[in-house]
Amino acid sequence: MKVCPEGLYVEPGGFYVDPLRPVERAVVTHGHSDHARPGHAHVLATAGTLAIMRQRLGEGAGATTQTLDYGDAIRIGDVTVRLVPAGHVLGSAQVVLEHAGTRVVVSGDYKRRFDRTCAPFEPVPCDVFITEATFGLPVFRHPPDLGEIDKLLHSLSIFPERSHVVGAYALGKCQRVISLLRAAGYDRPIYLHGALEPICKLYEGFGVPLGELRPATVAAKEELKGALVLAPPGAVADRWARRLTDPVVAMASGWMRVRQRARQRGVELPLVISDHADWDELVQTLDEVAAPEVWVTHGREEALVHHATQRGIRARALALVGFEEEGA
Amino acid sequence: MRNFSALIDGLVFMPARNGKIRLLADFFATTPDPDRGWALAALTESLVFHEAKPAAIRQLVATRVDPELFALSYDYVGDLAETVALIWPERPERANSLPPSMTEVVETLRAAKRGQVMGLVEGWLDTLDSSGRFALLKLITGSLRVGVSARLAKTALAEWGKVDLGDLEECWHGLTPPYADLFAWLEGKSDRPAAGKGAGFRPLMLSHPLEEEDMAGLDPADYAAEWKWDGIRVQLAARGGERRIYSRTGDDVSGAFPDIADHMTFDAVLDGELLVARDEGAIAPFNDLQQRLNRKTVTAAMLKEFPAWVRLYDILFDGEEDLRGLPFTERRARLERWHDAVRPRRMDLSPLVPFEGWEALKGLREGSRENSIEGLMLKRKDSVYVAGRPKGPWFKWKRGALTLDTVLMYAQRGHGKRSSYYSDFTFGVWRGEELVPVGKAYFGFTDAELVELDRWVRNRTTRRYGPVREVEPGLVLEVAFDSVHPSNRHKSGLAMRFPRVHRIRWDKPAAEADRLETLQAMVMG
Repeated sequence: MKVCPEGLYVEPGGFYVDPLRPVERAVVTHGHSDHARPGHAHVLATAGTLAIMRQRLGEGAGATTQTLDYGDAIRIGDVTVRLVPAGHVLGSAQVVLEHAGTRVVVSGDYKRRFDRTCAPFEPVPCDVFITEATFGLPVFRHPPDLGEIDKLLHSLSIFPERSHVVGAYALGKCQRVISLLRAAGYDRPIYLHGALEPICKLYEGFGVPLGELRPATVAAKEELKGALVLAPPGAVADRWARRLTDPVVAMASGWMRVRQRARQRGVELPLVISDHADWDELVQTLDEVAAPEVWVTHGREEALVHHATQRGIRARALALVGFEEEGA
Repeated sequence: MRNFSALIDGLVFMPARNGKIRLLADFFATTPDPDRGWALAALTESLVFHEAKPAAIRQLVATRVDPELFALSYDYVGDLAETVALIWPERPERANSLPPSMTEVVETLRAAKRGQVMGLVEGWLDTLDSSGRFALLKLITGSLRVGVSARLAKTALAEWGKVDLGDLEECWHGLTPPYADLFAWLEGKSDRPAAGKGAGFRPLMLSHPLEEEDMAGLDPADYAAEWKWDGIRVQLAARGGERRIYSRTGDDVSGAFPDIADHMTFDAVLDGELLVARDEGAIAPFNDLQQRLNRKTVTAAMLKEFPAWVRLYDILFDGEEDLRGLPFTERRARLERWHDAVRPRRMDLSPLVPFEGWEALKGLREGSRENSIEGLMLKRKDSVYVAGRPKGPWFKWKRGALTLDTVLMYAQRGHGKRSSYYSDFTFGVWRGEELVPVGKAYFGFTDAELVELDRWVRNRTTRRYGPVREVEPGLVLEVAFDSVHPSNRHKSGLAMRFPRVHRIRWDKPAAEADRLETLQAMVMG
C-alpha cells in the first residue's frame, strides 16, 4: 500500500482507491466528484456509486465497470476486496482489503448518524485504518439533525412570506435534508434548483422516498414565496437566487458549526447537517476499529494524528491533495 | 438561557435591521418575565457585574481540553468565546442537571464576588449546549456584539408593544432591569411607567429637507434661520448629578467625549452639534471629528489633537423645568439667558442668521462655502419641541451638492437583497494617464439601473480579488457629494463627504471624465 501522485495504490492488487488521475484499475468509494474522477479504464464500486458516476460522468464513468455489492468479497491480484457501507451518501462504501493476514480499511468519507437515504456505517476491526478527517477538530460536534431541521421550520414560521433557500450539495446532502424534513412532518412541495433534480430522481429509483418535488423555475415566482427551495451552495447568493423574493439564506453543512465561516458566506440561517463524522465520531470510530495504525487521508489531520498518538496508536497524515471537502 | 441563546444566534447571522427587529419582537413575545427583562438589559448594556477576563477563560478551558487540541482549534476558529463554546466537553451527567435560566445566571452573577465568577461559569458551561455556552461567554465577557444598539432594542420593543418610540424613550431612563413595569405597559396591562428624574434621553426633534416648491407657501416672517453645522447632532443631559451625551438615536456616547462631559457642571438638557474645534470656536473639518467617532474611550493624544466642542441649538430642560412646550423664540431666549449665566466651557451658541425674505436667504446659503457649514436650518418661531420629524415646523436647507464625472474602477457585491448584485462602486478620476480612486458609492441609482450596472460590471471585469471585481475604465459615473476634504487615508489625498451616484453617463467616454486637479480645487478652507 503506498501513496502515489495518482492516489492511494494497493500494490499486491495492482489497483488504486479513489485515484485522482486516470488509471488502469480503480476502486471508488462513492460518487462525489473529488473521489469519483473520470477516465479510468476499469472501475469497481457499488451499484449506487456506479449509477451516480454514469449520471454525472457519462462515458467517463469507466471503460468497463464492475458492481460489487456490500459484503461480497472479490479477489484482485493477491488481495481480497470487500465493500462495506460508509453511511456517507447513497452507495458509499469503505474498502476492506485483506492480504497476507493483514486487514486494511480505507474509510472513504463516512458518517455515523442515522440517515434513511443510505446504508449505515459498519465498523470493521482492522490492522490499519485509513480515515478521513474533514471535521478533525474537537470544535466540530454536529448537533442532532432534527434540531437543525426545527430551526429551519421555526424560521419559516417567523418569516412566512419569505422563501427559504437551503444551500445543499447536489449529491447526498440535498436528499438527506429532504428526507429529514419529511421525517419532521413537512409535507408541502419542496422546490429544487435544476442541478439537484437528476440525483433526486436517481435516489428515488433506488427506493428512497422524497415526497413531492417541484422545479424552482422563474415561472413559479409567486409560488416560491414562503416555500422551501434547495439549491447548490454556489447558487444561493448569486443570480439564480433573484427569482426568490427576499429569501432567507440557509446552508446545510458541517462547516456551519463555526459562526464566522457561516457569516463569511452570507448565511442567515446556518444548519449544521453534515455527511461526515464529527470529532467525537472520528474518535469513537478509531476506538471501534481498534487499529494499531491509523493513516489520515484529508481534512484537519493534525489534531486527529495528535489524538491518536496520545492513545498509543501509530498515526500519520498522508496529506493527500485533491479532496475538496465538498458536500461536507 | 435557551431562548436567549437562540436569539443571540439569530442576531449574529441576521444582517437586516428589520429582520433583527422581528427576531427581538418574537423573543419578547415568547419569553417570560423576568428572563426577557434581563436579556434586554444585556442587549442594552445595562447590566453590572464582575466580568470574566479572556485569560481566565483560557485557563478554565485548559483544565478540560488537551492544550494542543485547543490551540489548533482556536487557531482555526479565531474567536475565543466561540472556540470555548464549541470545544467544551459535553458531559453525560448533563442530562441530570437543568441548564440555568437567564434570570438565574444574571442574578447569581450580580451577587457574586470577583473570585467566584469563574467557578460559576464552569458549572454553567457543563449544563448548557453550545449555543448556550456561546451566549454565556459573550455575556460574561461584557460585550455581546450582535449588532443590536440600545436604540434598535427599543425600536423592537415599541413595534412589538405598538407604542410610540418617543414615549418609550421618555420613560426609559427611569426604568431598571428586569423592566417588569415596562413589559406590563407594552402588553397593555398597565399605564406607561413614569419618566425618570435622571439624565435620560429625550427624543430629538428632527427636520425635513426643504424643497424649492415648499418655499412659495411659507412666510419668511414665521421662520428663524440658523446655520446647519457639519458635525453630529447630540443631546447633553445633566440632571440630578448625572451627565450624559447622547447621539441623535439615543446611544450614550459620554465615554468617548470626556472633554465635553467634564464641563457639564450644570443642570439642564441641551440640543446641539458636536464638532471639533482647536481654538475657541474655530471649527475643524468633519474629517477631524471622524477620528473621535465610534470609539468607546479616547486617548489623551486624541483629546489634544481633536478637542471636542458643542455648538448649542436649543434647551429642553432648565433644571427641573421642562421647556419643550414653549415656542422656539421663547426657548431661544431662555437658551441665551441660560448660556449667559452659566458660560459652560467648550460650548457656544449657534447664532441666528437674520434675513429679509427667501431670496436674500438663498444668497446667504450659496455664499456659505465655509467647511463647517452644511447649509441652513429654518425653524418656525412658534414651534414647540416635539419628538420625531413632524412636517412643517423645521426644515433643513442643505447647500447645493458638488458633482464630478468619475470613472468606475471596482465593484463589489452588496448584502441582503443586493447580495447577487454588484452594487458597491469605487470610482476614480484621472491623474495624468492613470486613474486614482476617490470614493465609493452604493446608492443614488434605481433598481432598474442597478440591473444594468450589474450586467456592465460582469461583462467588463478585468480582474477579481475575492468579492471585488476590477473593471475596464469605460463607464462614467456622475457623482454628487456635499463637500471634499484633505485626507491621508486615501490614495488620492482627498475624501468626499456623502458621495452618491447622481447620474450614470452611459454616453460619456471615460477619457473625458474629470481630473484630480478639479476635485482638489473643490476643497474649501
